[in-house]
Amino acid sequence: MASEQNRRDFLIQAGAGLSAAWLSANWPAILSAAQHAHKAAQAVAPAKFEVLTPEQAVEIDAITGQIIPTDDTPGARQAGVVYFIDRALKTFASGQKEAFADGLAQVQAKTKELFPPVQKFSAASPEQQIAVLKALENTPVFGLFRFATVIGFFCDPARGGNRSEVGWKLIGFDSSHVFQPPFGYYDKDYPGWQPNPADASKK
Amino acid sequence: MRQAGPKFETTDEVDFVIVGSGAAGGVLAKELSSNGFRVVVLEQGPYLTPDQFDHDDLHVFFENALTNKPQLQPTTFRKTSPDKANPQPAVMYGRCVGGSSVHFTANYWRFHEIDFIERSKHGPVAGTGFADWPIPYADLEPYYTKVEWEVGVSGLAGASPFDPPRSKPYAYPPLPVKSGGVIFERAAQKLGWHPFPAPMAILSKPAAGRGACVHCGYCLGFGCEVGAKSSTVASVIPIAERTGRCEIRPDSNVFRIETNERGRVTGVAYFDSQKRQQFQKAKVVVVSANGAETPRLLLLSASKLFPNGLANSSGLVGKYLMPNSFLEVFGVYEHPLNDYKGAAVSRILHDFYEAGAQNGYCGGGGLDSRLAVTPVGFGLGGLPSDAPTWGSAYKSLLREYFTRTMSVSTHGTSLPVESNSFSLDPDLKDAWGLPALRVTYTDHPDDLKNTAFLMARALEIHQAAGARKTWHQPVQETQFFVHLLGTCRMGNDSKTSVINADHRAHDVPNLFLCDGSSFVTSGRGQPTMTIQALAYRAADRITALAKRGDLSV
Repeated sequence: MASEQNRRDFLIQAGAGLSAAWLSANWPAILSAAQHAHKAAQAVAPAKFEVLTPEQAVEIDAITGQIIPTDDTPGARQAGVVYFIDRALKTFASGQKEAFADGLAQVQAKTKELFPPVQKFSAASPEQQIAVLKALENTPVFGLFRFATVIGFFCDPARGGNRSEVGWKLIGFDSSHVFQPPFGYYDKDYPGWQPNPADASKK
Repeated sequence: MRQAGPKFETTDEVDFVIVGSGAAGGVLAKELSSNGFRVVVLEQGPYLTPDQFDHDDLHVFFENALTNKPQLQPTTFRKTSPDKANPQPAVMYGRCVGGSSVHFTANYWRFHEIDFIERSKHGPVAGTGFADWPIPYADLEPYYTKVEWEVGVSGLAGASPFDPPRSKPYAYPPLPVKSGGVIFERAAQKLGWHPFPAPMAILSKPAAGRGACVHCGYCLGFGCEVGAKSSTVASVIPIAERTGRCEIRPDSNVFRIETNERGRVTGVAYFDSQKRQQFQKAKVVVVSANGAETPRLLLLSASKLFPNGLANSSGLVGKYLMPNSFLEVFGVYEHPLNDYKGAAVSRILHDFYEAGAQNGYCGGGGLDSRLAVTPVGFGLGGLPSDAPTWGSAYKSLLREYFTRTMSVSTHGTSLPVESNSFSLDPDLKDAWGLPALRVTYTDHPDDLKNTAFLMARALEIHQAAGARKTWHQPVQETQFFVHLLGTCRMGNDSKTSVINADHRAHDVPNLFLCDGSSFVTSGRGQPTMTIQALAYRAADRITALAKRGDLSV
């Protein structure tokens, strides 16, 4: 079955940016086609890594930290994205361990190629790190890291990412899940539905 | 939490077996059990209760908690029948008690009178099997009203000048408008159009032990924890179980309808949760498995007497697939809308319901204002296609756009083309060893013209509203199917349809089919209301046949 091809196609497209509509129609199916879905553990975030080696974790932390950087607001590092990825590889994305290991090897190879004295992505300067990811940004490996970073940044915190809801706070998503109108600026002084006044004047 | 119904032995010949517990199956279960019949409903998915619903994207979208599972139920796709179909996820439907009514967006548009008679009004369309329904709108009207009051629909009667006649107002007042709805309404009125409060199968007030909507915004893709969304598992299935005559049997994957030497069905074979084969005896079988799985089950039930599949003397089982067109046009505005809150849609318009007639094609549609996206979905794909996808610029754009974005979505017709179909894949098998579902589909040119026309109107709304930026997908070919319509269609002629106006298979007197597959035309994009009106009507017809001794129940 061509699930591996689907996953690659998906990751390439994910890297290039997708419309929300396309995603709402397609992502559930496509993701599952690529993974064995296991019910993820809903425990608190682990203190240490269960799948990633300490060295891999440092590299992934650096990569995700460039995809969603820390500036005047928290980024992927504060969200604990690397912990989310570790837990994902332990649970519902256990089939992707190799893909992540391959991805890290490719990032390392590109780092060495572009900046020969530097041996590891995490050891490169911020400018060098951005240059490495730019060189990879249309490849499946970048798509994989970007995909995992965005999910880890915005997911339900019970999944181990989005710690202290930093992703939700960034974009203004209120997680109380129970709301009353008015919801936003434009419905504040809404007087109630009326038929089109233009029709009334025609009659 | 769960209201338990009775348990029937598989060897006990019950009056009705219903395959599927979704929008149609749930209604039929309630109606037939309330009318005194003994009913077993077989559902392939689990029986989930509201405490098992959550707002976890990973659970719902990545682990397919509520929907079909592509890793167990692979599908294949091809554009035309000479091609070899490639394995790819092509279909999504609900796979739990309540079916797709658990995770749907809950837009409940009635069909209009034209939807039933458009072939006569418009004339034939080359390359299609375009036909009138054997029943007019007036026959369904009482059942639409029944859906609104019994399943639960919120809306404002008389607000749209294009609405068909109705015998009663909506059961509940409309849900509150969202900022996107206000923007849509003001701009559309400026353009001379007629926006109105969206009819939604979501309770705006508590009723019948169900909560009112809390405006959490998690409708599309998610189950409703407060029972406000009018899924069949929240509305009619508990009533069916309380009759004491209806058993909902989850984790039961039906793979064959058995027939005897006289060509009558005798019951259904299914895999239980342990993949053991079981056989439930029944006097009558009703298939409400959805527009993909209903024809697949008939094709899987081929026998010596029915070599091309059960009830398929017309050769039309699985044919005339109509998915409806859908395209979103996004706009970003100056101030926060927070449209992630609340039911997805709050305003719609039907000014272009018959747009094709004035624009040289067959079809039409509606527009709505909506946002149905979670933070994960927005982060992955919510920004315009020319926006940065990572780094500081990406981050600051997410921050600016998430609360300020809305979409005007287009919903339109699909014409019935015979080669557009569900069939059995000759090579690929599912996790139960059964032939996988194969989709063959090429959009009719009129459907694409209609989408382009509606997209232009959606852009006009954003422009009239003063959007700071707009973007949209291109008009493109359909390769993923959610609305599954027309694949066992209804008609008076057994050569050009699969079931009659009573939903009875032309070829098999004790077999009934009722779901999206029964549709003759596609409507303008929101099929569930009509699926349920048909189910209420079918239950009345089946009960009348049974009472006059036609079904030996």
